[in-house]
Amino acid sequence: MSKTGIIYGINGPVIYLKGNTGFEMSEMVYVGEERLVGEVIRLTRDTTTIQCFEETTGLKPGETVEATGDAVSVLLGPGILHNIFDGIERPLSEIALRSGKYISRGVSVDSLDTEKKWKTHMVIREGELVTGGTIIAEVPETATIVHKSMVPPTLSGRIVSVVADGEYTIKDTVAVLEQKDGTQVELKLAQKWPIRIPRPTDKRFPASTPLITGQRILDTLFPLAKGGTAAIPGGFGTGKTMTQHQIAKWSDADIIIYIGCGERGNEMTQVLEEFGELTDPRTGQLLMERTALIANTSNMPVAAREASIYTGVTLAEYYRDMGYDVAIMADSTSRWAEALRELSGRLEEMPAEEGFPAYLASRLSAFYERAGHMQNLNGTQGSVSIIGAVSPQGGDFSEPVTQNTKRFVRCFWGLDKSLAYARHYPAIHWLTSYSEYMEDLAPWYKNHVSARFLDDRNQLVTLLNTESSLLEIVKLIGADVLPDDQKLVLEIARVIRLGFLQQNAFHPDDTCVPMEKQFKMMETILHLYRKSRELVTMGHPMSVLKEDTIFDRIVTIKYDVPNDKLEMFDEYDKAIDKFYDDVLARNA
Amino acid sequence: MSIEYLGLSEINGPLAVLEGVRDASFEEIVEFTVNGGEKKLGRIVAIYDDKAIIQVFEGTDNMSLVNTHTRLTGRPMEIALSPDILGRTFNGIGKPIDGLGNISSNIMRNINGLPLNPVTREYPRNFIQTGISAIDGLTTLIRGQKLPIFSGNGLPHDKLAAQIVRQASLGSGSDEKFAIVFAAMGVKYDVAEFFRRTFEESGAGDHVVMFLNLANDPVVERLITPKVALTAAEYLAFECGMHILVILTDITAFAEAMREVSSSKGEIPSRKGYPGYLYSELATLYERAGIVKGVDGSVTQIPILTMPNDDITHPIPDLTGYITEGQVVLERSLHGKGIYPPINVLPSLSRLMKDGIGEGYTRKDHQDVANQLFACYAKVGDARALASVIGEDELSALDKKYLEFGTAFEHHFVGQGDTENRSITDTLELGWKLLRMLPREELDRINTKILDEWYDKIEE
Repeated sequence: MSKTGIIYGINGPVIYLKGNTGFEMSEMVYVGEERLVGEVIRLTRDTTTIQCFEETTGLKPGETVEATGDAVSVLLGPGILHNIFDGIERPLSEIALRSGKYISRGVSVDSLDTEKKWKTHMVIREGELVTGGTIIAEVPETATIVHKSMVPPTLSGRIVSVVADGEYTIKDTVAVLEQKDGTQVELKLAQKWPIRIPRPTDKRFPASTPLITGQRILDTLFPLAKGGTAAIPGGFGTGKTMTQHQIAKWSDADIIIYIGCGERGNEMTQVLEEFGELTDPRTGQLLMERTALIANTSNMPVAAREASIYTGVTLAEYYRDMGYDVAIMADSTSRWAEALRELSGRLEEMPAEEGFPAYLASRLSAFYERAGHMQNLNGTQGSVSIIGAVSPQGGDFSEPVTQNTKRFVRCFWGLDKSLAYARHYPAIHWLTSYSEYMEDLAPWYKNHVSARFLDDRNQLVTLLNTESSLLEIVKLIGADVLPDDQKLVLEIARVIRLGFLQQNAFHPDDTCVPMEKQFKMMETILHLYRKSRELVTMGHPMSVLKEDTIFDRIVTIKYDVPNDKLEMFDEYDKAIDKFYDDVLARNA
Repeated sequence: MSIEYLGLSEINGPLAVLEGVRDASFEEIVEFTVNGGEKKLGRIVAIYDDKAIIQVFEGTDNMSLVNTHTRLTGRPMEIALSPDILGRTFNGIGKPIDGLGNISSNIMRNINGLPLNPVTREYPRNFIQTGISAIDGLTTLIRGQKLPIFSGNGLPHDKLAAQIVRQASLGSGSDEKFAIVFAAMGVKYDVAEFFRRTFEESGAGDHVVMFLNLANDPVVERLITPKVALTAAEYLAFECGMHILVILTDITAFAEAMREVSSSKGEIPSRKGYPGYLYSELATLYERAGIVKGVDGSVTQIPILTMPNDDITHPIPDLTGYITEGQVVLERSLHGKGIYPPINVLPSLSRLMKDGIGEGYTRKDHQDVANQLFACYAKVGDARALASVIGEDELSALDKKYLEFGTAFEHHFVGQGDTENRSITDTLELGWKLLRMLPREELDRINTKILDEWYDKIEE
């Protein structure tokens, strides 16, 4: 018989029960006659406090609350990919079948399809000794991903029976495990795991491989490592969601978990539509085949918004345990932090900075630390990379969520309002952004791209920084009075900004650019810079150099050179040499 | 038969506390009878055992701890709906105030609504022509979008909203299935009257539902007004298959009412004294716009908010911008130059624009022209800043061209008459005319093919 309690008070999503109910912290409970899902968040001798993941309208004191005995957890098994869930892993398409266009309350649905028969290939044999994480079966979950069902991390022992290969549902027992103490446990294709506890691993590896996104400013200037963490802060309208979409579409992760946390309903609909139509350039299959969406839009209950981040990261860790590289898009962590603030306010906790609870920093750090490139319990290697959008209030990066996030991520892609106003996209500002992974990843770039890569990249950054200080002067006295070598820096920086940093997400070639093309573009721009500098040093003024259209031709390389015709870059090199010779000839 | 409770145990601002209640549920509506005559409505906002905290919509004036009878209704706040609400006027909590009697219908809807399931939504793609260049060309309005107007006191946001309503819907080719839901929260009598007159003059009177909570009406009522209005809008859109344009004005008054109630409840404030749930509360309003798969109607929202002290980083515009699909920002300095509508295009944005324009919707050069106008106008700002330091005479020839472009853009593209209705083709041609003021190599956001097709085209 499960423990129960009686409702005593209701204040929005927070519910108070009288007396010591014997509930456990973080335990999942069913609230009232409608059996709304909730979680225990505070216990005292006199009161049990519960946060409810659904609207509490119509609830009455005196109704019962029933404990489930389990912490709030998610069901992990085949059927997660190509699916869309709410913040506590209820499939939204199932809810739509039950309750129509609106999400009504107390809808009880299974997280994963329990009827569907999966084609299962068993990889363990009878008599084998297994430990937590050992892969027991393989299921082709989607066209691109093989799902590997594992022994739950807490179990180990000897396999006493195994079913033959065939079609099984996630409820069928596929193997029986005998533990050391003689108890037998039935193993299924799916398992449960509490969302607030990281899934265990053997060890962590340092960052060594970049997550290639096809976005020039990210891959070349501020790369993120697989297993790394990045934050994208920006005021509204600066393109956080757009950047997240681009990474979700084109990055070379095996699996994408997209968490829409307190964002717009239409945006989730758009992801669903677009990802169901676009093909993944690496596999030729639909993007949805490698994606799971968690949608807790801004008008859905606030407590579930708080949980959605943990649900997402738990799903990601599960696929990491199979040996995949997983990337999480969390859009937006500020909405999650605000959910914390809202609940904390309802609990009448002492507020710290800007009304946020004092535990904001520790919750944020615990979340981001769940990222990493890991050796899993079963010996495979996998990674979870977290890319969190931050929506700072008033676009001001000094607010608590941005500042605390900055402490725990190693990659910072700061979006800038003035760039967005000028429709320079992606509006990631090259001066405020940074990546601490550049040094860790230097060997990779050296081996896989070019030995010159790092030098070139640093030159680019230097030029952009010089431009910014020159622009300070230009603001005061105008550009005409600058010496020619400085005018050249301004011109080259313009080429870099327009031709390299600015990237058109709606152009078929420019939306995702392979690393090799990125490098060649960079080389070409720097070649132009070196040649022009020689001319300027010889005393040719910028006005003469600008008579040639070469600068504008380099700017449009991104459109003019298709991604699969990189040999065309040789012509540009020749054109630059010709420009050099022409200027010399004309002014000899 | 429900029990009536005699007396109250506490009254504090808009809140009343009733002890000894049985069987009360959260968010239930209660009915007060004051002094044996006056009726008031309230909503239970928190319950602790047998103690209910009730928000009184009509204000707690005249109420005392002894003269009030309270009756629980057993239901959350609901309104009666039928297609007959078109052409009617209601107060802030949905009671008719036009003297035409109650709406008799057995269709009752909970005003709190429920969140739309993202999988049943349809992504909005239909362009709405408003006839205003700055909006059609640069921050395109899409059917099913929520696009607020960020304004300030004394700026012509009402005039602009009225013009959008007139031209977007009631101009040529207006369809029968179009209606306007207008919700006023704490606005001046003159403003409400202005809208009423505009709707009537444009012949839309019988396609409008008005919910009015004026500045001198009870504050708490304001918290309900937009919800009542949106419930009516959802009913007309998703059950009667109509295209609904909802005008909500003024969101700032709504948020301020929330702050007032929150502080009398003794809640812990977050930014600028607003409660921590301001974002969630605004989201439950704005997210009620959209289109549903398999249903004909749509809800498009144009909320109006006046930014306190013209500060776009104030929590109300800030949180709104994070929820809505863009914003149209009005600027005082443009208004000062006599430009109407004074839309500052740079911070204005329509997030749904990219999927609702271009070939098949408007014209294939639309996105490029818009990007280029934005980019060039951003440079105008730099040129002006430089001119203010070194003087206009010292500027380079190119910068001077940008100054000219900026002035022309503000006066001829952004500026237009309040009855001028421009087609999208006119707007785009006007954009090209302005872009031709600049040398071709400055137009770096436009695809070469499109430049070839339009830049050198000679005007007829």
